[in-house]
Amino acid sequence: MNKNLFEYTLRLGDTSLILSQRLSEWCGHGPMLEEDIALTNIALDLLGQAKAFLSYAGDIENKERGEDDLAFHRDANQFRNLLLTEQPNVDFGFTIIRQLFVSTWQQYLYSELTHSTDKNISALAIKSLKEVNYHLRFASDWTLRLGDGTEESHQRVQNAVNELWNYTGDLFEIDQVDKELLKHGIAADMKKVEESWNKHIKQVLNDATLSIPEINNFMRTGSRKGVHTEHIGFILAEMQFLPRAYPDAKW
Amino acid sequence: MSDIQLKLWEVFTQKKTGMSFEHAGSVRAADKEMALLNARDVYSRRGEATCIWVVPTECISSSSPEDVASFFEPSDDKIYRHPNFYKTPDGIKQV
Repeated sequence: MNKNLFEYTLRLGDTSLILSQRLSEWCGHGPMLEEDIALTNIALDLLGQAKAFLSYAGDIENKERGEDDLAFHRDANQFRNLLLTEQPNVDFGFTIIRQLFVSTWQQYLYSELTHSTDKNISALAIKSLKEVNYHLRFASDWTLRLGDGTEESHQRVQNAVNELWNYTGDLFEIDQVDKELLKHGIAADMKKVEESWNKHIKQVLNDATLSIPEINNFMRTGSRKGVHTEHIGFILAEMQFLPRAYPDAKW
Repeated sequence: MSDIQLKLWEVFTQKKTGMSFEHAGSVRAADKEMALLNARDVYSRRGEATCIWVVPTECISSSSPEDVASFFEPSDDKIYRHPNFYKTPDGIKQV
């Protein structure tokens, strides 16, 4: 088994899976019917990506673990999702900023991965990119609307930017897995992704009259090693309850 | 949950290029872009459309029930207005 490729594919799959789970918490709670459906649509797109990446990870591992086994029968320290994706929804503005950060990351990451020498990864990147284009348009539009909206909406999304900024360093951490796979043209060059991400985010935040917080560059990272924030346990408890309590449950 | 209702828009979707647009329903939205995205999310989730129009509901004028007699009934009894005597050529799918 190619351990690095397995690890890399898990990271992509888990990031989509956990954000999908978070967004699905909005189901039935959206601020209006249209946005309720929009957020859950994005959740379903991400679930599709997670299913594809985790299924491929299972193939690489070759231990007869499918996407369901990987999603429902791993513990927190085995998950490789970005820390950003497990942060709580808080309010609509918070959810939008989290989406903006992650969708922008996926946009540039998948763009790079369309050229991956791994045929499966490039095919999944091409397919997912179409979905992410839309997610990013949705999140950018809303950032603009809320940031440049009322005093309250501005304050709420600015708070979200301030709170979530600490987790953006985690998006671009490079470890041995990235380095090895980059050598073979499989992984994306995260330096390029980071550059494009910064440019786009600055542009959107600027247009939305929002500012990037002046913090002393402390970034909370750890997703590459499975070191999470306290939220992951609660997410998994809810997400994994049924298949763990009733292992043979079928629709 | 807010009580403020955004503007109402009518949504028209086209199933295939070249076919006519059909009324799909309505959405609430603050502007054109939001109306388009909302329409996409609400009415084309399962591949129902290849193109979408959104129109502010206030821009549509409708005939009223009182108009029925003068608008539509006069055409009911004039069989010679219907092209019943033409044969539709074979192989025509959309008329």
